[in-house]
Amino acid sequence: MKLNRLKVFVLLAGLSLSTLVTAEEMFMTRTQQTFPEAMLALQAEIKSHGYKLSRVQRVDIGLTKSGYKTDKYRVVFFGKPDEIKWIADTYPEWIPYLPLKIAIFSEAQDTLLIASDPEKIFLTDDPKLKKVLARWKKDIGSLLNKMAELKE
Amino acid sequence: MRLIALFCLLLAVNGHSLASSLGESLYQKNCIACHGADGKGGVGVPLALDSFQAQASDRFLRNTIKFGREGRVMPAFKSLSEDELNALVGYIRTFSSATPPTYSQKPIKGDAKLGAQLYAKNCAACHGAEGLGGKGTGVTFSRPRDLPIIAPALNNAGFLKSASDAMIQKTLQQGRKGTPMVSFLKHGMSKQDINDIVAYIRSFEKNQQRNEIAKDEPYYLEAESSMNLEETVASLKQAIVGKNYRLIRTQNFDNGLVKETQEDKKKVVVYFCNFKLLNEALTVDPRVGLFLPCRLTVVEHKGKVKIMAINPLHLSRFFNNDELNNLCKGMRETYEVIMEEATL
Repeated sequence: MKLNRLKVFVLLAGLSLSTLVTAEEMFMTRTQQTFPEAMLALQAEIKSHGYKLSRVQRVDIGLTKSGYKTDKYRVVFFGKPDEIKWIADTYPEWIPYLPLKIAIFSEAQDTLLIASDPEKIFLTDDPKLKKVLARWKKDIGSLLNKMAELKE
Repeated sequence: MRLIALFCLLLAVNGHSLASSLGESLYQKNCIACHGADGKGGVGVPLALDSFQAQASDRFLRNTIKFGREGRVMPAFKSLSEDELNALVGYIRTFSSATPPTYSQKPIKGDAKLGAQLYAKNCAACHGAEGLGGKGTGVTFSRPRDLPIIAPALNNAGFLKSASDAMIQKTLQQGRKGTPMVSFLKHGMSKQDINDIVAYIRSFEKNQQRNEIAKDEPYYLEAESSMNLEETVASLKQAIVGKNYRLIRTQNFDNGLVKETQEDKKKVVVYFCNFKLLNEALTVDPRVGLFLPCRLTVVEHKGKVKIMAINPLHLSRFFNNDELNNLCKGMRETYEVIMEEATL
């Protein structure tokens, strides 16, 4: 019995140190903030993690203009200019997957955020690129983790 | 010494509350994004629904988490231990006051051939002729919020490993309040009819259907152009419009990342969209923003001009959604046709 409690305690301690974000095949997180608040917070988190926001694609606007009913839905593009340039020049085959992106959309009062896992998308043996991908993964996990912790 | 005392004190904390905290932490880490903080659903099914909790055994929930639903978005959480699975199930139970059932694991005897006829008449409209389930995922785009669930895929390895015959039988007999699933006993079926349907559903185990992506699928698509970069971009735009897509934007690849004067003019991105197709894709899976918008990039590299695109199938493999795989097969073909026409 004591051992079982110890096991649970250790598991719990381990979990509290890990990210709140689901990390099976992709990053997906929910924030209790409304879409406009979450959108502002996401842009701030991207910047505070050292990345530059390059563009926001307003998916919902195009859909609405074409007569389709939709919730708020955007795609946020971002990256570190020197890293993006290095990869694009060295490995042009990865250009179609760059810059990085996070899809953000409202679901009732909450907002969902989704990102790919760079280590799963970009397949490489280059240690230098692997290092960049590992950092991207850590940063995306961290910024989405911050988003999950935001309260309404 | 003080540390040991503190550790012993922590160990003395009620085991149940530790397990409950563990369940909550696991839920927040793994489930909350799809199923919502209160289990009312979203991209995922509403776990808090009383009629669901009253019919789903702990074994069903544990196996569902463990095996997922292949090709139906719900991933398999293979790395969770038995303790973690139990803690998670315990936390999911806090969403409802319904008493969890337990079921016999004994197979139910029925005539699968007769069951197939009854299934075709009574179940196929919602669950699909082959048992592959209702179309679409998630409340955001695919269904109004007052419809809490899309008909599940019964012809699915994860479902068949999770649901016992007795659980399927009970669901058919009682229906599921708050969902379109009706009680077939109340709709005139006999208990034997229901057992025949159960036998037919169980027979899906021998006829599993998947729409998987080949392991050797390339991760990008490319076509070499004999024209220069500017001519290729112009030809690409023409080919895109010719396929009924609307051009959204043309920009240098690093636009927005560097000063306009420093942009690399040898890498040009053409964004385009077909909103009908986009709406359909969002119905199939609200997470498809990661594919958006449709895009082809013209790159001049080492004296060669190439059109490049993501291979949608490379991305789709991470979504665990067979319906999306189908759409991505079509999208890959479209990209290839456009690239071919643009480089002729």
